[in-house]
Amino acid sequence: MLTRVREILSSLMLLELFKGLWLTRHYLFARKITVMYPEEKTPRSPRMRGLHALRRYPNGEERCIACKLCEAVCPALAITIESEQRADGTRRTTRYDIDLYKCIYCGFCEESCPVDSIVETHLVEYHGEVRGDLIYTKPMLLAIGDRWEAQIAADRAEDARYR
Amino acid sequence: MNEYVQQAQGFVNHQLGPVWGPPAWSFTTALVSIVLVLVPLLLTVLYYQLVERWVIGWMQVRKGPNRVGWKGVLQPIADAIKLLMKEQIVPSGANKALFFLAPIVSVGPAMAAWAIIPFAPGWVVSNADAALLVLLAMTSLGVYGVIIAGWASNSKYAFLGALRASAQMVSYELAMGFAIVCALMAGQSMNLTQIVSRQDGDWGLFHWFWLPLLPMFFVHFISGLAETNRAPFDVAEGESEIVAGFHVEYSGMTFAVFFLAEYANMILVSTVSALIFWGGWLSPFNFAFIRDAGPAIAWLAAPSILWLLAKIAFFMFAFLWVRATFPRFRYDQIMRLGWKVFIPLTLIWIAVVGVMMLEPLASTFPFSIWFGRP
Repeated sequence: MLTRVREILSSLMLLELFKGLWLTRHYLFARKITVMYPEEKTPRSPRMRGLHALRRYPNGEERCIACKLCEAVCPALAITIESEQRADGTRRTTRYDIDLYKCIYCGFCEESCPVDSIVETHLVEYHGEVRGDLIYTKPMLLAIGDRWEAQIAADRAEDARYR
Repeated sequence: MNEYVQQAQGFVNHQLGPVWGPPAWSFTTALVSIVLVLVPLLLTVLYYQLVERWVIGWMQVRKGPNRVGWKGVLQPIADAIKLLMKEQIVPSGANKALFFLAPIVSVGPAMAAWAIIPFAPGWVVSNADAALLVLLAMTSLGVYGVIIAGWASNSKYAFLGALRASAQMVSYELAMGFAIVCALMAGQSMNLTQIVSRQDGDWGLFHWFWLPLLPMFFVHFISGLAETNRAPFDVAEGESEIVAGFHVEYSGMTFAVFFLAEYANMILVSTVSALIFWGGWLSPFNFAFIRDAGPAIAWLAAPSILWLLAKIAFFMFAFLWVRATFPRFRYDQIMRLGWKVFIPLTLIWIAVVGVMMLEPLASTFPFSIWFGRP
């Protein structure tokens, strides 16, 4: 009986509502956690699986030996490779297309690559403007690799001791 | 200031003669006072929604809009331009006349009710003696806009929203009306200026009616939330269930007009709360000893429109605060609260106020502050 009276009184005095209002008043002045995206960015792991790139050896020779393991392992069938024998007798790709519309960014291509040629970089800010823009060809992937080699190598080096 | 007004009046009378001069003069003054009330009101609505997004953002530990202009202050302008440029879509099968009538019916009373709101002694468009009745009538008329919008849209979501909104607004109108009845009993007038002047005395903020009518103040404010379909009573909009409720089919400026009506009503409820429960333009420090303390402090006790604006701003903030804090009520909970809690409570408090105003009590100490014969 007494507890019932107390319940009615406290609900009439809106005690719990004022408790809630006090809590939101606290958060009104709390430090805001929003990251203002284009100016500020959240930190990214060295294992970030973003846009693909094809790497080269330091002497400028491309790493890819057209073993087609990545093409075989790709669960989305996003990679298309054609190859031929070069004049010096080595096997190289003539075509290396990645269809980013199909790609699910699983990273299997990178895992399967025996020469660390195809990698997924930290880059996530890219887009296509017309149909077909997101089918990346061999020169485009090599260009990405050339441009970001320092970062790619640093990320791989940081992650190497966990592999 | 007054001489210029008199000169202008003389000029009008001189130009138009004794027959057409006085009506033309009163028409002009009415028009000017309407503009003086509505333009600040519309600007307030424009920025109220920006402040709403800021406050709710801050309470949710976000930053709120801060991109357009300095810290986002031009955001409402950008929104207004966007709404103006948008296409007006009329749903197929909608009753076109009613479809466009609904926003007008909803915004008309929301604006008209401001005619009887005094901002300082004499600063009122129409100093009507039955001001509170006009207020109740205008807030009741607003529900027709919602019903017509829901009916004319030919959409089941809009119709459901309109049903919910009308039932809810009709229920809470009763509680709100009874709460205002308590205020008019205590104020012994339906004229808002007189109700405010009844709260003037030597006791400062303790002389205002919030103290004897405290439960009624909360009933009035919460009913105001329900009347304006604001969170936590926003089942009429109910984004998660019926998309946007009664205005789901409205786009562009027609939507903007509904928006305007809702926000004008929120400001109206805040203003009425400030006037009838919190002493309007009276100073909270209006104690006898402060008034006699010399000019250095005595200005604190002087009534001013700034006090009224500060009180209105606080209640407007409370609307946003409540929205950022509480989850939406279930529909049956809304009805239970309205009919089984608020209406009995208000009826009981009308009797309590009556007893407090009866003679043996009215002149004994705590009650004599508010109800004693001067």
